[in-house]
Amino acid sequence: MSMNHLAEKQKKHSPAGNDIPDEWFKPKEKNESDSEKVVRPSLSYWQDAWRRLLKNKLAIGGLVFLILLTFMAIFGPMFSPYSVSESVRANQNQPPSLSHWFGTDNLGRDVFTRTWYGARISLFVGLMAALIDFFIGVIYGGIAGYKGGRTDNVMMRIIEILYGLPYLLVVILLLVVMGPSLMTIIIALTVTGWVGMARIVRGQVMQIKNYEFVLASKSFGTKTSRIIRKNLLPNTMGPIIVQMTLTVPTAIFAEAFLSFLGLGIQSPYASWGVMANDALGTILSGHWWRLFFPAFFISATMFAFNVLGDGLQDALDPKLRR
Amino acid sequence: MTKYIIKRFLIMIGTVLIIATLTFFLMHAIPGSPFNEERSSNEVVQANLEAHYHLNEPLFIQYLIYLKSIATLDFGPSIKHPTQTVNDLLGRGFPISFELGIVTILVAVFSGIILGVLAALKHNGIIDYLAMTIAVLGISIPNFVLATLLIQKLAVDWDIFPAATWSSPVHMVLPTLALATGPMAIIARLTRSSMLEVLTQDYIKTARAKGLMPYKIIIKHALKNALMPVVTILGTLLAGILTGTFVIEKIFAIPGMGRYFIESINQRDYPVIMGTTVFYSFFLVFMLFLVDIAYGLLDPRIKMHKKEGE
Repeated sequence: MSMNHLAEKQKKHSPAGNDIPDEWFKPKEKNESDSEKVVRPSLSYWQDAWRRLLKNKLAIGGLVFLILLTFMAIFGPMFSPYSVSESVRANQNQPPSLSHWFGTDNLGRDVFTRTWYGARISLFVGLMAALIDFFIGVIYGGIAGYKGGRTDNVMMRIIEILYGLPYLLVVILLLVVMGPSLMTIIIALTVTGWVGMARIVRGQVMQIKNYEFVLASKSFGTKTSRIIRKNLLPNTMGPIIVQMTLTVPTAIFAEAFLSFLGLGIQSPYASWGVMANDALGTILSGHWWRLFFPAFFISATMFAFNVLGDGLQDALDPKLRR
Repeated sequence: MTKYIIKRFLIMIGTVLIIATLTFFLMHAIPGSPFNEERSSNEVVQANLEAHYHLNEPLFIQYLIYLKSIATLDFGPSIKHPTQTVNDLLGRGFPISFELGIVTILVAVFSGIILGVLAALKHNGIIDYLAMTIAVLGISIPNFVLATLLIQKLAVDWDIFPAATWSSPVHMVLPTLALATGPMAIIARLTRSSMLEVLTQDYIKTARAKGLMPYKIIIKHALKNALMPVVTILGTLLAGILTGTFVIEKIFAIPGMGRYFIESINQRDYPVIMGTTVFYSFFLVFMLFLVDIAYGLLDPRIKMHKKEGE
């Protein structure tokens, strides 16, 4: 009522010839339910995380690079008139030029074409390792964390023992016996690689299973498998995704490292590690492009995954919300 | 504390057993006997050789004999160099690799901690961004790429350091730099984040209020607690450095264990591969054990936790 009065007063005081129409000063109708209304659509956890990730320029840069790299890994070889293993005797060790954008190697093979084939191998190895780690880690860690007690105790002892195994040494041992190929590299990388993921999932599950909403779910008589799928896993996704993003560069590095030891993908297929290893002997003779391109793409890809992982870590952690 | 050490020790024994068992059965998964290739030997010689290496015994007995020889650190002869045992190679190569590893971990730990502390103290300043850029680059660039870059620039183009071998302190600069950058970056990031967390704690405020010198607060109060996470990952970092020596030794032509190891991989010299892997694994697991003990001694909460829980 007093608001009405005030508007009346203002109307009197307003000088003549004012452009502002009087009805603008009428008080808004009050409505109890309106004050509780949410005007903007509420953001889901993922929308919010995405919005915060967008603010991190470096992480988005990494994401864009990875999308471009994936595109080139799929379509790059199509842009090139050369095949991955085609060697031309007259074209040995050519520096980068219009016909060979990244130059050629000592067998006259086009480095541009081979770089994108290498990207296929490196990305495939990285993503497969991350996916397999994800499946084993989530199942193992989920069971250990959810069951708790003696089950957890035994499962964690096993993990602690496996965790002590030197990762790359076990991988080398397995590869020596199984023989190097794409499949054996992925198997060897995941044999001990899932342990880190299992630890993270277990820790998360142990924490979340004590929250009230899980208790509520239990008191409704929800089945255990449904609680794990619907209550626990979605809430552990943040750290899991971060861990997966950081597994990929580790696997890519491991593949390059193994190629460097002579245990990588075999010729005529190319991987960045194989290309770098082949180029190593010739670096002193000035054929810099043969080492530069694979080395650059290994480093840039690892960099991109690392900054993306860091960005995701900040974006997905609700505690860091400002 | 004793309980904690015993528990850690049992885990170490478990890991060692798994490594030894894995190695043994992988070795037997390879088709053919080691003496198949030698056509010159007649059946009697073959039988004698097999008896000598217990190949005529059942697998389980062989396994026990193998465990015994592993326990006494006897890894058998090399196939490709019959006059040498794996122990000979280890005796010659390992000290050099060990030296490289020790120098590297010292450089990595000290420079990493300094970089991390500087970054944390100048949080969001230029030094912070610079240090963290170096850190992310250090994690992203594989050590063999960095090594070739260093050789190309510092050894070939500018001729400051020698490009290869391991004969004087000057020769150690480039390999150490190439190997230490990655671990240094990890330590710097870890130190920075835990230092940032510690600096907001109340006891730091108390120390400031008491009027302590800033450097004393940082070193005695903050750093001591901020370094705990660094201690935990030392074991993992050591594993990375040790395997890293394989590649670095190959690039810099350092006559360490890595060179024999790569040679043995390329020649499929199984006893050398197995022996080196087992030896290195034992070494690493033992280091991990020491790190765990050190952590237990440094962090009083571990002792308390053990008394409360279980």
